[in-house]
Amino acid sequence: MQKNLLIKLAVIIGVTLVFVYGIFGIPSSFSGDGLREAVLKNIHLGLDLKGGTHLILQVQINDAINSETDRAIEILKDEFGKARITYADISKPDANQPEKFVIKGVPLDSGSKVREIVQDKLPEFTQTPGADNSQILTMNAPTLAQLKSDTLEKSIEAIRNRVDALGVSEPMIQKNGLGDNQILVQLAGVDDIGRVKDIIQSTARLELRESRGSYPNEAAAMAAQPGGILPPNMVLLHGKPNRGGNGDVVYLVSKTSVVSGTDIRDAREGTKPDTSEPIVNFYLNPGPAKKFAEFTLAHQKGGSDPANLGIVLDNKVISAPGIESQISDSGEIYGGFTPESAKDLAMLLRSGALPASLHYLTERTVGASLGADSIRAGVKAAVAGMVAVLLFMLIYYRGAGINADLALIMNLVILLGFMGFFGATLTLPGIAGVILTVGMGVDSNVLIFERIREELRHGKSAAAAVDQGFSRAWTTILDTHVTTIVSALILFFVGTGPVSGFGLTLIFGLLANLFTAVFVSRVIFDAVLSRKARGEALSI
Amino acid sequence: MEFFRNTNIDFLGRKWYFLTFSLIFSVAGILSMIFWHGIPVGVDFRGGTLVYVKFASTPNTGAIRAALDKAGLHNAKIQAYDVPSANQVVISLDMQETSEADLSKGKNQIISALETSPVAGKRDLNNNDQVGFSAVRDSLVGKDPTHSSPAEYEAMAHAVLNVRDSVKGGVLRSMDDLKGTIPDAALDALKQDFYVGDFGKISADVVGPQVGSQLKTQAKLAVGISLAAMLVYLWFRFELIYGVAAVVAVFHDTLITVGAFSLTNQEITLTVIAAILTLVGYSMNDTIVVFDRIRENVKIMRRESLAEIVNKSINQTLSRTILTSGLTFLTVLSLYLFGGEVLHGFSFALVIGILIGTYSSIAVAAPMLVAYTEWRAKRSGAGAMAQPAQGSKGKVRVKV
Repeated sequence: MQKNLLIKLAVIIGVTLVFVYGIFGIPSSFSGDGLREAVLKNIHLGLDLKGGTHLILQVQINDAINSETDRAIEILKDEFGKARITYADISKPDANQPEKFVIKGVPLDSGSKVREIVQDKLPEFTQTPGADNSQILTMNAPTLAQLKSDTLEKSIEAIRNRVDALGVSEPMIQKNGLGDNQILVQLAGVDDIGRVKDIIQSTARLELRESRGSYPNEAAAMAAQPGGILPPNMVLLHGKPNRGGNGDVVYLVSKTSVVSGTDIRDAREGTKPDTSEPIVNFYLNPGPAKKFAEFTLAHQKGGSDPANLGIVLDNKVISAPGIESQISDSGEIYGGFTPESAKDLAMLLRSGALPASLHYLTERTVGASLGADSIRAGVKAAVAGMVAVLLFMLIYYRGAGINADLALIMNLVILLGFMGFFGATLTLPGIAGVILTVGMGVDSNVLIFERIREELRHGKSAAAAVDQGFSRAWTTILDTHVTTIVSALILFFVGTGPVSGFGLTLIFGLLANLFTAVFVSRVIFDAVLSRKARGEALSI
Repeated sequence: MEFFRNTNIDFLGRKWYFLTFSLIFSVAGILSMIFWHGIPVGVDFRGGTLVYVKFASTPNTGAIRAALDKAGLHNAKIQAYDVPSANQVVISLDMQETSEADLSKGKNQIISALETSPVAGKRDLNNNDQVGFSAVRDSLVGKDPTHSSPAEYEAMAHAVLNVRDSVKGGVLRSMDDLKGTIPDAALDALKQDFYVGDFGKISADVVGPQVGSQLKTQAKLAVGISLAAMLVYLWFRFELIYGVAAVVAVFHDTLITVGAFSLTNQEITLTVIAAILTLVGYSMNDTIVVFDRIRENVKIMRRESLAEIVNKSINQTLSRTILTSGLTFLTVLSLYLFGGEVLHGFSFALVIGILIGTYSSIAVAAPMLVAYTEWRAKRSGAGAMAQPAQGSKGKVRVKV
């Protein structure tokens, strides 16, 4: 054999080894299970195969814009008060345009003062005169755009923190390219969507408020108040009874909170040492901690004004314990938690609030059982198709059939190896892509072989026919591959989820095919020819 | 072995048959799209709710209907899914009953309507919407029946779900299906928290209207862009008319395939779109092989008319065309037969597409190329003909 040929053979064996490594890595053992485990470590299964949850959420950006303009309105009212500027009304005229608000009824002579205040305090707004001597303030476009992208990013971050608590391996949480303000969440292997949605969407707005007594219902609570009127700054909120149990009682709590969720630095689930009841421990940021210390000092048992601490979650009182002593930077929340719910609440307090509410646009769940069925069916189809093609090539092209079969098998190895290296996800359409690659991969071999046969018919020698066959088929192969790669690329970029995975499989398959059908197959032919005597016939 | 050797079939002479054949199928498809089934699209595109449910025993459609009616879901459609022995049905609600304000409402209604014998204070272990790994683990850890470590309870929870999802195909018949999988004490503990209902949800798709219409736009865009990209590539490699002829042929294939979905009233889903794009690539492949041969022959056969060259080229590549299509068809057929219910639409599109795609390169693209060239030659009165970009400089005589 020539030296040149030996080098090429070495290249082929090297490439094969590299891609076999891509599929298996270094398996822990060479038993069936060990290999299976090794493959699954490198080639990830999509959620249509593994089972899982696929969600598309839309961030209600207007929420964030609204709170921003609400803040601006508060600032203006405050400043107008200080500067003694009278006004009739400051409000948002159109709920669909939350970035806009109108100041009405400002006397003409205060106009310049108003302009000054706006320029000074609200530089991110543009002031334009409106009808009836009103002034329209609109958030500047760059500020608005920044706010939108910040809100989307913060939402993604908050969702990621929450999902991490589910312990999912490799969750996919990203901007969904399809529409505005959409987030795509894919959790392979998690199919109890009820829990997923609970965790993603819960607002978990925790507040610690002053609490003064509980009553069986609203009527009883009102009756107990002096004069039947609630004290100022106090409201009634429903909640669980303090002594445990599942009833519903009404608490009298302060309107404002002493400490809220954003003041919390850290929160961990734990258990009460004496009863091993699940609790949540929380730790406060320094500023709020000082405020909390003052509050607990004043309201502790035996203090100047004893009161209970109302722990309010999403406007429901979960417990209202008495304050035993002054607390500064940490505390515990209890009240009918299960270990699971304590863990969830701790996580939600840690992960911070969602900047805007979320709407679900799509939810898909694939049960693990369906995924398993799909894998079985897909593999069966792949094996059946592959065997049929391999057998046919052997029968139809005899000696050269072995060549084509080797190239095909290597094509498959490279394709799967590619997927392993790129950490690509194998979806059900992806398996179909693999099968299709086998079918289309054989096309290149057929093109070349038919060409060689033609050249042989024209009376060329085996070596010349092989040479001509390959060089003539090459342009065709290049053209067909480029066009198919173009459509596969479009699938990959424009498609979503499984379709995109299918496009990727197809691209890898076509690239592998260019290598195997043109290079590998050629080297095998050359190797065969180099051992043949001159003029001996080629088995094709 | 060799099937085709030196064939000499006059393909172009049969162009009127081809035209008739193509017209019949295209028009039938178009008529069905307009007057009969429309273009049936899957839940991906139209929005709606689909819940795939597997029952422990043969499902009683009448009872399911009654349960759904009782829950107020009068418009729900109930269809058997997969083979009868799988005991599966798919229950669907259309878009009107799927709102983005409360997306999973319909799905939850369906599940709770089917939950005919709930047990107070216990959860349905078959309801994988609510009960997953963490619920089982937490129950075990909470009860602590075997005084094991958390890791051991996690392993038990995984084993329980493995029996439910893999061994039993999604539905446990009774809690005792878990016997032997986990220690008896652990099973007894689980029995205090869980029971098994007589069905399990295999999968569910809930798509709101907004995403549906976005996906629709995206799918049209994808097909459009890929056709345009190929036209440009062929224009660059051959000549504009080659590109146009190939794109017309591929469009013809897409039309007939979509028509086949309309005629058989099968739903076009996202994966079917993937199949259609694949067939666009495949059919293009086939056409290019023939065109490449024409380009090559135009250089050598300077005496013959383009019609003769095209005929010869088709015949020369016929063996390859039939072999490749046959083999690809074989793989796609195995996908259609063994690939399972989920891939049914996908492989159906490919089965149709490969047959039509092969046919169209011979029967649509090539005759169109010849017809255009002859028409242009007639109009200019001279011997002009479509010559590929890399074609010979020599004049080719055209018979008119």
